[in-house]
Amino acid sequence: MLATFIFLVIMLLVTLGVAAYETYAERKVAAFMQDRIGPDRAGPFGLLQPIADGVKMFMKEDFIPSTANRKLYFLGPAIAMTTALLTGVVIPWGGTLTFGDATFSLQAADPGIGILYVFAMVSIGVYGIMLGGWASNNKYALYGAIRASSQMISYELAMGMSLVALIMTTGTLSMSGIVDGQLDGLWNVAVQPLGVLLFITCAFAECNRAPFDLPECETELVGGYHTEFSSMKLGFYLFAEYVNMFISSAVISTLYFGGYDIPFLDQKGMDSNLITILGTAALFVKITFFIFLFMWIRWTLPRFRYDQLMNLGWKKLIPLAILNILITGGYMVFNGNVKL
Amino acid sequence: MQYLFYLFAAISVLSGLFVVTARNPVNSVIALIVCFLSIAGHYILLNAQFLAMVQVIVYTGAIMVLFLFVIMLLNLNNSTEPQKTLLTRIAAVVAGGVFLLTLLAATRQGVEIAAANPADASVGLVSHVGMALFKDFLLPFEVSSVLFLSAMVGALMLGKKEKVAA
Amino acid sequence: MSTTFQPLTKRSQVVSDKKMTLLERIYLPAILKGMSITLKHFLTPRKATVKYPEQERPRSAVYRGHHVLKRDEQGRERCTACGLCAVACPAEAITMVAAERRKGEENLYREEKYAAVYEINMLRCIYCGDCEDACPKEAIFLTDRIVEADYLRKPFVFGKNELVEPMEKSKRIDVSKRQTPEVLKFKEQRQYSHNR
Repeated sequence: MLATFIFLVIMLLVTLGVAAYETYAERKVAAFMQDRIGPDRAGPFGLLQPIADGVKMFMKEDFIPSTANRKLYFLGPAIAMTTALLTGVVIPWGGTLTFGDATFSLQAADPGIGILYVFAMVSIGVYGIMLGGWASNNKYALYGAIRASSQMISYELAMGMSLVALIMTTGTLSMSGIVDGQLDGLWNVAVQPLGVLLFITCAFAECNRAPFDLPECETELVGGYHTEFSSMKLGFYLFAEYVNMFISSAVISTLYFGGYDIPFLDQKGMDSNLITILGTAALFVKITFFIFLFMWIRWTLPRFRYDQLMNLGWKKLIPLAILNILITGGYMVFNGNVKL
Repeated sequence: MQYLFYLFAAISVLSGLFVVTARNPVNSVIALIVCFLSIAGHYILLNAQFLAMVQVIVYTGAIMVLFLFVIMLLNLNNSTEPQKTLLTRIAAVVAGGVFLLTLLAATRQGVEIAAANPADASVGLVSHVGMALFKDFLLPFEVSSVLFLSAMVGALMLGKKEKVAA
Repeated sequence: MSTTFQPLTKRSQVVSDKKMTLLERIYLPAILKGMSITLKHFLTPRKATVKYPEQERPRSAVYRGHHVLKRDEQGRERCTACGLCAVACPAEAITMVAAERRKGEENLYREEKYAAVYEINMLRCIYCGDCEDACPKEAIFLTDRIVEADYLRKPFVFGKNELVEPMEKSKRIDVSKRQTPEVLKFKEQRQYSHNR
């Protein structure tokens, strides 16, 4: 019990730390892709920039519009941040550590329906944006909130559909079960190439990241749903986005890219604790790559128009996901994996 | 375990009451969301994890979002609320009373609602729910999916733009 | 044919709304192409940033910045407060108050009249250099110094403290950079002989 609690605290701190340095990485990646240098004043290579940003956020005036619905205005950022942080609980960050005769799993909770839990948290997360946007009593914020909600619902469908095919092949909804299936065999990316593509696209949309950042859409909606937010409430919204990005990278790595599996490594004769630590490091390497992918895409692609977004979601991704289910099912029947 | 049940029960009843009494429709929707979440908690206590998550994803995550969506767009407040005549009030009381009577009769005469059986821990898991849906209740399941299909077709027909006569 | 514009680069493409092929409609090739371009930029070490306070972008030799009011060889202010610069100024940034030179001030001011107050509003100034052209006494010049930023408007009204160059020979401000051969030749003309 105590061990789990300590692990949760460490996980929280790591998540927040990663999210903080994602903001730094985002600015650096953006700068490098635009042939600039990026933040380099705070500390060596600007490494203290997130701290400076945090201090700035706290020192800013916390302004609340007089016509805002105060309770919901406070609730919005809180929900956004809470749901973002809650998702990490079911992700297997590594195998098991052994201290003497006590074994300790690097996964806070392993419910049999791990993926569904992630989905549930994502679907609650949209309330943070909706309530915040509506409570601001500002037309741009309301537009942002409405866009966010319709976008999240649309892409959740396609995301769920793309996952169905994966679950058909793995035969389990548990996150650790899915990783176990990949430890000895192929990674799921080889089994579900189309599914990976669909899932990553939907993950981008669920995180409200470019090119799907219509809820913010600074060129049309000032700041979208967080137009009226300032100080650390705004900070919470921005931070929640980066936490979401970290968690979705972790989910993508876990579901499709082997989780904490290290490819081409002969694990015979190695200390099991060492293997676990190396595995966690491998997971973090994968996560780093996907975070980079998020940023890479953001600074490459322009934003979709709203009708393009809906067309892509409903007319392309969902039919493709259904096709993927059919192909997977057909293959499984043909191979005799299931009996009719 | 028991305290958790009482906690969830209290939350669901109180939030349910708040749904009806809240003046602001948005507050009432939020209370309904809380109510659904606490019901999901009940499901987890009954070891029906799959149902709990589906409850959160479908009801709180999708249906209530649409509710909130519509309410936000309608911008309901006291001035736009239609005046209720005496007749509608009486009709509402009668309808509510009849429903209450039905519920009472059902709980008094109906079959004893089986208590959760903690010994059979796997009853709420995905595979069992799937087996039940696709073996024992296949026909109702498929019929309800046809119902959804017809609803979708109807929505499409409503949403379709009429062709302008040339 | 002759009416079409010359393309500036070879990369320009004719826009058309023809139906896209299947490969174009999948978007993925185009996305990957874009990503390869950004990755190339990400990996190139050559960056366009100039780290300003430590590093300055090279400026043209004839850059027009912060004005200077020159002194002559003996350290006397050349300005005679004639007001031609103020008249010439298109932004009306220059104001001055003239005063008469008293006895004993001959080592301070070159002419019998001098500017007791000479102010340039650096926020109005457009650094055109017309004041320099108008000056009959070769007193005002624009230099390659940058006017520094400030938080208030007030400090941008430069008075004689900021404008007149120091008395010491070593600290005099060099304005010869802008005196290119063309400029010097132009000044040879007869009607500008009073400048010397």
